[in-house]
Amino acid sequence: MNSSQQIELVCPAGSLPALKTAIDHGANCVYLGFKDATNARNFTGLNFDPRQMRDGIAYAHQRGGKVLLALNTYPQAGNWSSWTAAVDRAAEMGIDAVILADPGLMAYAAKTHPQLRLHLSVQGSATSYEAINFYHERFGIQRAVLPRVLSLPQVEQVIANTAVEIEVFGFGGLCVMVEGRCALSAYATGESPNCNGACSPGKHVRWEQTPKGMETRLNGILIDRFADGERAGYPTLCKGRFEVNDETYYAIEEPTSLNTLELLPELARIGVRAIKIEGRQRSPAYVAQVTKVWRAALDQVMRAPDDFKALPAWMADLNKVSEGQSHTLGAYYRPWK
Amino acid sequence: MKLSLGPLLYYWPRQSVLDFYAGIADSTADIVHLGETVCSRRHELRLDDWLEVAAMLADAGKEAVLSTQSLIESESDLKTLRRLCTQTRFRVEANDMGAVRLLAEAGRRDWIAGPTLNIFNPHTLDLMVQSGATRWVVPPEMSGTQLDEIRNALPGALEAEVFAYGRLPLAHSARCFTARHYNLQKDTCEFRCLGISDGLSLSTREGEPFLTLNGVQTQSARVHNLLADLPALANSAEVLRISPQGSHTREIVELFRTALDARQTPKAAFDASLPLMPDAPCNGFWHGKPGVDQLVSA
Repeated sequence: MNSSQQIELVCPAGSLPALKTAIDHGANCVYLGFKDATNARNFTGLNFDPRQMRDGIAYAHQRGGKVLLALNTYPQAGNWSSWTAAVDRAAEMGIDAVILADPGLMAYAAKTHPQLRLHLSVQGSATSYEAINFYHERFGIQRAVLPRVLSLPQVEQVIANTAVEIEVFGFGGLCVMVEGRCALSAYATGESPNCNGACSPGKHVRWEQTPKGMETRLNGILIDRFADGERAGYPTLCKGRFEVNDETYYAIEEPTSLNTLELLPELARIGVRAIKIEGRQRSPAYVAQVTKVWRAALDQVMRAPDDFKALPAWMADLNKVSEGQSHTLGAYYRPWK
Repeated sequence: MKLSLGPLLYYWPRQSVLDFYAGIADSTADIVHLGETVCSRRHELRLDDWLEVAAMLADAGKEAVLSTQSLIESESDLKTLRRLCTQTRFRVEANDMGAVRLLAEAGRRDWIAGPTLNIFNPHTLDLMVQSGATRWVVPPEMSGTQLDEIRNALPGALEAEVFAYGRLPLAHSARCFTARHYNLQKDTCEFRCLGISDGLSLSTREGEPFLTLNGVQTQSARVHNLLADLPALANSAEVLRISPQGSHTREIVELFRTALDARQTPKAAFDASLPLMPDAPCNGFWHGKPGVDQLVSA
């Protein structure tokens, strides 16, 4: 491992209290979004108005932290100016970087605010160095977030062939589809992560106790049914139970979280520059718990990469806040596929 | 208005693929997209085979286009991609930004911006035009109104192609859901998707067909069918894409042709297509609604 290359811990901030918690517990960066469809977590009660964002940036900067703004949905012809206004506002506020997916918006940002640091969002679906280098050459992006689809050797191959810093997902809800390439929510509800910043949005969700059990529906479509005593999960449509060839099971993915803590020495060795923690929709208590564990783990791997061990206590703490209290290495681990 | 055949999204036995394209050679399709776009483990036809099929279709007067893989993961995926982007005989449909970079590097000014490039506004579309795109396959989730807004902002910039028939490609993953269904790992999948001509049907626990598992791709269960919407489409797009299904694809092509030639009404053609489809129709995306919806066209 190249000791001059520190790995940044990038934590979610769905609200000002979450931002402060993340910074206080050792996040190097927080990422956040405005309260509108310009970011991929456009949920009620979440995100920042301009005043909260100004306060958040001040809080982080006073403590040596950075603030990254996700503007990672795709603007349309009719609402383009909302996205450019968000870029302008962020630049004025002194944001440390904007995380973008749309090439048109990147071109705008690079031209209008040449000093503004650009990161390629995971929503940009760039899985190869050829794609990442495209954004680097055209718009000068300095970091790219990889979709959760590559194995560790494939991540290493990307890093070896680009000057762009690579950020990977380390922990949190597991999106099993290539980000930016999933229209399942749009198919079921008319609202998509790409265009509306929402997957399986709450206003389409219905829970109903029936003689067959608790049913969860998304726009009327039965996503899952739970027996008495079974905990009814949120109807995210790729984590429901369905029938294929008369067999009922989690046909796409179990409700589980990604946790790559035990891969940390490998991630450091291959030159990953930042680890992203998922979960802007989660509580400050979640942010505190996860940031604390990952800060300790990153400090240890930087200090002594060869002696690193994912402590059982860390894993236990992370499992407590994991979906379904379980975790997976996802695509980093080839047999998962 | 031109009719195009999208890339074959399923894994059919080699001879079935060759027979299928032999049949397409004397269909009324104008454009045929070829190549493996879903999974790099699918090898019944290699790139050289696809090039041969492309030559055969070109000789039959079709425009043959080579489509690139949507999800690039490995160095060998990139190797295939480079070969596609540097051959000079056929046009290429770019399905990720790596392909866009390689085509621009090769000096191509005739490529097609594929449906997975996420072009949702005129600014991004203009960037692709500046980079050499001359046709654009609209993301299936885009509505007719959104398409018109983009086209009004960039009049005449390039041809637009709309996904008009077939199960909707909705998502890609690193995971193979077909292998998962058979309790197999992706790397040792035994090619279980081979011969599942329309994908594996996934239903809700109420037995309602919902999605289709096609290896690493997830599709709709319902068949997107814009035959009844042809009058509006004619003002918005120059090319209509028909995605090959396990059966009756050629008949569907001919139904679109007869409706376009006003030999029967769009509504009559739509009604005639219903018994040829593997599942119920939908057209919600085109109308700005959930994709699963079927709206009656005026």
